[in-house]
Amino acid sequence: MNIIQFNYKQIKSRPLSSALNVILFATGITIISLVFFLRDSFENQLDRNAADIDLVAGAKGSPLQLILSGIYHIDYPTGNIDYAEAMELSRNPLIKQAIPLALGDSYKGFRIAGADTAYPALYKGQLKAGKLWQKDFEVTIGSKVASRTGLALGDTFAGVHGIHGLSAEPDHAHEDMLYTVTGVFRETATVLDQLILTNMESVWAIHAGEHDGDDEHDGDEDHDEHGDADHDEDGDPDHAGDEDRDEHGDRAGDPDHAGKPKEITVLLIQYQNPMGAITLPRLINTSTRMQAASPAQEINRLYSLLGVGIRALTYISGFIILISALGIFISLLGSLEERKYELALIRVMGGGRLRLFSYLILEGISFAVLGYMAGFAISRAAMFFLSSYADANFNYTLQGWVASTDVCLLAASLGIGVAAAILPAIKAMNTNISKTLNQ
Amino acid sequence: MEEKCLVTENIQYSYNRDHVFRFPDILCGKGEHLLITGQSGCGKTTLLHLIAGLLRPDSGAVYVKGKDITRLKNKSLDRHRGREIGVVFQSPHFIKSLTAEENLLMPACLNRLTIDKARLDDLFGTLNIAHCRRRRTNEMSQGELQRLSIARAVINRPSLILADEPTSSLDDANCREAVSLLRSQSEKLQAGLLIVTHDRRLIPGFSRIIHLESQKI
Repeated sequence: MNIIQFNYKQIKSRPLSSALNVILFATGITIISLVFFLRDSFENQLDRNAADIDLVAGAKGSPLQLILSGIYHIDYPTGNIDYAEAMELSRNPLIKQAIPLALGDSYKGFRIAGADTAYPALYKGQLKAGKLWQKDFEVTIGSKVASRTGLALGDTFAGVHGIHGLSAEPDHAHEDMLYTVTGVFRETATVLDQLILTNMESVWAIHAGEHDGDDEHDGDEDHDEHGDADHDEDGDPDHAGDEDRDEHGDRAGDPDHAGKPKEITVLLIQYQNPMGAITLPRLINTSTRMQAASPAQEINRLYSLLGVGIRALTYISGFIILISALGIFISLLGSLEERKYELALIRVMGGGRLRLFSYLILEGISFAVLGYMAGFAISRAAMFFLSSYADANFNYTLQGWVASTDVCLLAASLGIGVAAAILPAIKAMNTNISKTLNQ
Repeated sequence: MEEKCLVTENIQYSYNRDHVFRFPDILCGKGEHLLITGQSGCGKTTLLHLIAGLLRPDSGAVYVKGKDITRLKNKSLDRHRGREIGVVFQSPHFIKSLTAEENLLMPACLNRLTIDKARLDDLFGTLNIAHCRRRRTNEMSQGELQRLSIARAVINRPSLILADEPTSSLDDANCREAVSLLRSQSEKLQAGLLIVTHDRRLIPGFSRIIHLESQKI
């Protein structure tokens, strides 16, 4: 019987106190591991999807909403902007590259985006099959779109106005204009996986004149992503609770879209040089009808908003871990009195002082490691459910199962286990054998 | 000259200044049996603990298999005790989380010695506790525990077997059996056997008896 087996039997012989120690430790680890993992996963997703986009120009409204909708495809767009104005801006010498993006329809919950072919290059998109879209109504779809919808090369489908959940009925399908799948991207673990890309002409064509004398959207419960350009004047820039949002930027009360200027949703901008960061945002905000939003700034703002909650949860879990360490300490110290004859016996049978010390330290470590393992497993199970929820509702999957902080957390757990056991171990080591055996 | 299992010379030990024990010199050869008797408080258990290296004498020497254990460092002393001395206590203490067999193997594990299955079977058979092998010690009778305690003391084939009041909690039959087992194991292993007791039932069976008087200075 080696020290590990002996340790296992000792822990097993005190099931209640051992289980309590492990459960308490596991609770702290579950929360802290989940918080760290979510934070890491969230940051990785945001970093990956931000690609090299320095600035986003879009309709005036909430800058955070503009970033979330234009880059991450989570929130609803703030509205539409004039294509000609956007193109004029893109010729600014401080801009290295400007990629227009026209959002509008969706298919089974996946957004259809009008873009040029520079957009997939932002995410290093590579074709798994077929080719990029070339003509109107040709689409190249992301890997998740292909796997979830079953769309394959040559398939046709009708886009649905606005964003619908996978299970929602397509109540406003553009049945007369079908898209054809001409290509499928490889998985990139970015937003590209969840987009259906086509050219902008297709998006414009599909909505040209669709609202002529047509009031069918009135009372439409689905969010319409084309964005009402006037929406920010109604005092509801973030669309919170807005049940009837037109994402195409159709101006309210405008009965005729056929002759209106072409519109896009956002212009994704890369600076030519650092001067762009100083000049462009102000230029856009003051001299155009657009607003500029910096992904870095907005995401930092988002982090600082979430940071309070993350810090609070980290402190709470840290406190639970501290309490559990105290529990391990008390449990080991209490067991010394109960086991004093056993410890003395081990010395009589030839076990050295260091061996008694290591028995107790190993017991402390065992509680911490078992607690860590249980906490890790529970946090990953929770992650699985959270990931499924995010996937079902936002088409976002939390990537990976191990966070960089897990190793640190394991090391910290080992440290806590040792720290909790060190005093009882020293006491055990200094047991007076003769006196104990005489009692 | 034959190496003695145990030689003590001028051992003195004090718990405090007013309470100093001075013990007679002891010689115990291979397979020899020695009974140490005396009244309560005369220092019997203290002497046994000094011989086992559980206490260090204030002066004098204790040679176990030719090695003066009073001069050994803690680590060497632990190792020497584990390999060369087997101890049987008045109350047989065991590790509660282990079975009888695991308790029996513990001294070997602690001293990195290998015990083959035949020796284990032999000990369990000879000491009539084979039926207790897989039991925990809280499921065994007092007599069985004392026999297991003897088995544990001899499992490492020690040079010296020390027994502290091994029969005080046993009835006559178990008392006879325990002493007989200790003697037979000592002869089998050619180990010295030293029993300290105030149990007068043991006196008739021993030819070498040291009676400790209260020798406090």
